[in-house]
Amino acid sequence: MPENMLSKIDYCLHLADNALILCHKNAAWCGHAPSPELDIALTNISLDLIGQARNFYQYAATLINENNAKGDSVTDDHLAFLRDVNEFKNCLLTEIPNGDWGQTMLRQFLFSNYQYFLFQQLINSKDEQIAAIAEKSIKETTYHLRWSSEWVIRLGDGTPESHSRMVHAVQELWPYTGELFLPADYEMDCLKSGIGADLELLKKDWWNKTHEIFSEATLSIPGKSFVQDGGKYGKHTENMIPLLTELQYMQRAYPGCEW
Amino acid sequence: MQVNALFLYTQRFDMETDAIEKIFQQKIDEEIKIEPKDWMPEKYRQTLIRQISQHAHSEIVGMLPEGGWIKYAPTLKRKAILIAKVQDEAGHGLYLYSAAETLGIDYLTMMEQLVSGKAKYSSIFNYPSLSWADMGAIGWLVDGAAILNQVMLCRTSYGPYARAMVRICKEESFHQRQGFDILYTLSQGTDEQKAMCQDAINRWWWPSLMMFGPKDEASTHSDQSMNWKIKRKSNDELRGQFVNMIAEQVKVLGMTLPDPDLKWNEEKNSYDFGEINWDEFWNVVKGNGPCNKQRIEARRKAHEGGTWVREAALAYADKKKNKSKAA
Repeated sequence: MPENMLSKIDYCLHLADNALILCHKNAAWCGHAPSPELDIALTNISLDLIGQARNFYQYAATLINENNAKGDSVTDDHLAFLRDVNEFKNCLLTEIPNGDWGQTMLRQFLFSNYQYFLFQQLINSKDEQIAAIAEKSIKETTYHLRWSSEWVIRLGDGTPESHSRMVHAVQELWPYTGELFLPADYEMDCLKSGIGADLELLKKDWWNKTHEIFSEATLSIPGKSFVQDGGKYGKHTENMIPLLTELQYMQRAYPGCEW
Repeated sequence: MQVNALFLYTQRFDMETDAIEKIFQQKIDEEIKIEPKDWMPEKYRQTLIRQISQHAHSEIVGMLPEGGWIKYAPTLKRKAILIAKVQDEAGHGLYLYSAAETLGIDYLTMMEQLVSGKAKYSSIFNYPSLSWADMGAIGWLVDGAAILNQVMLCRTSYGPYARAMVRICKEESFHQRQGFDILYTLSQGTDEQKAMCQDAINRWWWPSLMMFGPKDEASTHSDQSMNWKIKRKSNDELRGQFVNMIAEQVKVLGMTLPDPDLKWNEEKNSYDFGEINWDEFWNVVKGNGPCNKQRIEARRKAHEGGTWVREAALAYADKKKNKSKAA
């Protein structure tokens, strides 16, 4: 398989894994959110994310199958349910525990803010399929960003209790934001071939928006902190083991079945 | 003199109440919907508050047995469908809480009644979900039983309740079909999948029959509710209808219902079926089902754990209001 094709497949898997893992974490709130309205809203985001994950996995599966001479074909479900932990390429931020509602809202904001500017660039990708998925996803992500921004502001500038919970959430999540902008090899390859996003550019947009929302939420951006990374290369936090145990349980326990 | 005046006044008041009540009953008899601002007997209001809030609680608690399986769903497609399905239940809960609020009770009071154990919800959700096949059985049997009740409620006499039910029924019939689809796929699968399918049917069958409530002769609220057309079919009528429907559909799955007495009765033109274990029924109603404690605990945690979020939202809204006033 040509090198740039491998990079494109890894890139799609990375985009799909981000969406699936965050969907899986958010969906754990379903039935447990602070009110039915919030339950519905966050579940909607989970639904959008699983839709994005399926689109990117299906495209990755198509590329793998087209370039695989052996003839063993894979599906989107193989990619989601039968890869091992070190093959997952999601950013660590998506696998961090839900914590309280504030931490979940902040994680969503930090990630949606990243996804929004990512898709803004990817709609111009030279790869038509990636551009098309980005175009569909950006409509959803625009809403995710708006909704999660509003909650970060509301909770940051709400009561003393909600403020201190948000300060704690910032401390918990901030070390995982740097990885979003550290390009993996496959991201650099895709940028060079005109199909991927420029993370340097994205970082600027992301920072401006984060500054705007944090300042309205009366939250401070932490000073320099150590960046936790590795997710894009399959080096994950321990959170991924119980997560994949749940996610892949059925496919592992009953291999080869139709569902 | 004063006593006489009071007597006359109360007598007049009673007569007026009688006359209004007659008009109310006449509207019901003529199939005119009762709306929130219409006069209604206090007992009608209380009956509806009890029934609609129980119904709303059932939707919200009903999210738990299925919600717990979102993380295990076996494919991306099934995961997406299950998320959407459980989300629908939250939506149904919201419509129904709103319908109950038109009768003068607020959401927080209803939620406190639920988490304190004062309010009831459908006992079916006190049974555990133990396999993926349960997602199918809940859709097919539990939503299937709920639909029969809900289709009847689309014609209930209280307008907001009836209108909420029309929307809910549309979504519920989709849920029932997707539940059947899960079981059908299993029934065409490996021996393990077939066994999983039969096991789920065995476990959910009798609790589903119990969803229609006690036998007609033991049902305390039925007569008045029928007169007021809150309820339009008896528990046993609906239960019989359900058995007739499911006894045929189960054949398509190539599975069986766990009732040796289930038999077609030519004369009655419907199925005969075995006796429900009413001891089990009352035990679960009284709080001793396998999951009563866990379900209430999950709702309590969600509600109380969300207090700071709701308070922060209110505080922020107040700040905004004050700012815009100052400006």
